[in-house]
Amino acid sequence: MDFQSITFADVTRHFGRRRVLHKINFECHAGQIVALVGANGAGKSTLLGIASTLLAPSSGTIHYGNSPSNAGAELRARIGVLGHDLFIYPELSAFENLAFSARAYGMGNPDGVVRAALERAGLEDRDDPAGRFSRGMRQRLALERALLHDPRLVLLDEPFTGLDDTATAALRGRLIDLREKRCIVLVATHDLETIDGVADRAVLLRGGRLAAIDDGPGSLRERYRRASRES
Amino acid sequence: MVTRKDLLIEFRSREVVYTTLFFAVACVLVFAFGFVREGIAVDDAAAGILWIAIAFSGTLALGRTFERERQNDTLRALMLAPMDRPALYVGKLVGVLLLLGAVEAVITPLIGLMFHAPIFRFPWVMASLLVTGTVGFAAVGTLFAAMLVRARSRDVLLPILLYPITIPVIIAGVRGTAALLQPEADVPIARMWLSMLVFFDLVFITLALWTFEPAMTE
Repeated sequence: MDFQSITFADVTRHFGRRRVLHKINFECHAGQIVALVGANGAGKSTLLGIASTLLAPSSGTIHYGNSPSNAGAELRARIGVLGHDLFIYPELSAFENLAFSARAYGMGNPDGVVRAALERAGLEDRDDPAGRFSRGMRQRLALERALLHDPRLVLLDEPFTGLDDTATAALRGRLIDLREKRCIVLVATHDLETIDGVADRAVLLRGGRLAAIDDGPGSLRERYRRASRES
Repeated sequence: MVTRKDLLIEFRSREVVYTTLFFAVACVLVFAFGFVREGIAVDDAAAGILWIAIAFSGTLALGRTFERERQNDTLRALMLAPMDRPALYVGKLVGVLLLLGAVEAVITPLIGLMFHAPIFRFPWVMASLLVTGTVGFAAVGTLFAAMLVRARSRDVLLPILLYPITIPVIIAGVRGTAALLQPEADVPIARMWLSMLVFFDLVFITLALWTFEPAMTE
């Protein structure tokens, strides 16, 4: 299956009595990079969790093109997630981590794809366990793991964490590549300076509600502050 | 694929197999000192100790196996992959079974030695009891350990949930093994308990496969 958009309609999510998201209405299209910004605990990761199908909304619906979120394995095959935790086995090497992930996504003979991904991550010479890698190296490996199967929807939770300047620039380039490949990219981040200029639009989550950040004058941080005051 | 990955990780770290094995052997030795006097074991003690050691070490193995998936949230990555969720359950179950099989391969002869029990008198029936009992225990244990992986008090909750539900399996295992180990072995009774274990296995595996996906969806 494939889809060209993701639509959230009145999505609400509670954890016990605590309401984290309230009637989120939101649509993203292929070839768009959308930055999700907001304070800690604003619900950014929850929204990404719902988009990834791992979390079910308490009410409301999500549609991937015309398919509902319960479309199952076929839908999951088109989603790539870089979580706050990196989904990496520290006992396995970078190659073994990616090869396992590739097989889990049904890629029959993944050696070539995995080697290309390791080269992009700058980890082609490392055959020691991933547990010995620095945070930045693990972050790069986790990003390649998330993108290995050419997903349509890419969900990135704080992808710039632990990256040095070179790796940050490479990731910005990678995001632009994803836009050119017509992926739908949702990036939850606090790193407004880094995502500024890459994201096509930014939305603010505050108190479980979503508000668009206008395209007016000033940097993303200035517009974010303005939107935070207004909402 | 999931089993192969688990075995590769275990082969590298040898963490779970060593701790589980050490715990099971310690369990057998401690009970042997309590229940064997002047070379004569209390009636049916060997069967009881064997299954206690399997249940306790199995709980430890289940906890550690899923703790590994929790540390980097890799269980979430597995749930995101486009594989059937029941296949994921079966993969984890087979990994746990192989681990417990290795533990049983060590403690069963040890029980025979320490309790002077004729473990190998009816090897096929004995092996069948061990296999079916372990499958029943691990089938429920794998489901609960996966469900509890994000619970804060998972170490306490796992045995609290697991033991009451697996009591029929443990009882059938103990009674079947005891029937084989008594001075005059009662093979028909052991086979009757074996049939019960097969029945429990079918019920538990069916229920676990059915409930795994909804239980794992947050």
